[in-house]
Amino acid sequence: MSPLRLPWRRRAQPPGDLACQELVELVTDYLEGALPERDRARFEEHVSMCEGCAAYVEQLRQTLSVLGRLEPEDLSPEAERELLDAFRQWKREEQSDGPS
Amino acid sequence: MADDADALLVERAREGDEDAFAQLVRRHGPSLLRVARAYVPTQAAAEDAVQETWLGVLRGLERFEGRSSFRTWLFRILVNRAKTRGVRESRSVPFAAVGSGDADEPAVDPSRFTADGAWTSLPPRWDLDPEAVARSHDLRRIVDEAIAKLPENQRVVITLRDLEGVDSETVRNVLDVSETNQRVLLHRARAKVRKALEEWIDA
Repeated sequence: MSPLRLPWRRRAQPPGDLACQELVELVTDYLEGALPERDRARFEEHVSMCEGCAAYVEQLRQTLSVLGRLEPEDLSPEAERELLDAFRQWKREEQSDGPS
Repeated sequence: MADDADALLVERAREGDEDAFAQLVRRHGPSLLRVARAYVPTQAAAEDAVQETWLGVLRGLERFEGRSSFRTWLFRILVNRAKTRGVRESRSVPFAAVGSGDADEPAVDPSRFTADGAWTSLPPRWDLDPEAVARSHDLRRIVDEAIAKLPENQRVVITLRDLEGVDSETVRNVLDVSETNQRVLLHRARAKVRKALEEWIDA
């Protein structure tokens, strides 16, 4: 280990054995609650000290928030009408079959 | 709860109440269409898969016991129909194929890191207002395109989990994919959508 302190070390990467590049691969496991206790603690410690990773995790949270707000499109009125026709036909068949 | 409301509507539909069936179709039709779209290449094929799903519902209505939620049952029928259709239109690949190892698909471009794995430059703080963003056609297009470009299994998982808000246990039941594989697929899909947003924000 070199005694030299590289400038980026002070700026971006906190001490500990978890690199930023590794952390970004653990975000989903973290958010899903799938990290073992020890790894979860390492993850949180890193994020609390690393501006870059904190920003990255926040970007992902915002991504999820955007995805969760996208409304699906409605069925076309024709498709809905066809389904109601199918329902009526099903009902007729049910009634002519009698209770099963 | 939504599930209770569904159970009531299913009961009424079973007794022949058309209005209850129409309500079920309106409640769940849009979600089914969106999930179907993850499997098939065209809107028309997705609509067909949704139609087939509801016909399957009618055929199975007598037998539906409510052991799973109605929504889970619906998604299961849909996924079956949509997969068959996807195969026919030669888009679908077997679901078990999660793909090659993690190293091949990093969440963030390796050039963003030093040899020691630290950021070369810090990712910027985003300040998206999700409400405003959801109304932005531009952004909707960006996200839709990013999702469309995903491999099918990633697209299906992110659609169910993050767009539809289905929990991981239900997705496991609907797709027969382990929680671990589900997380891998979700991770890759989310990373790519984040990247697409990043490029849009930077531009």
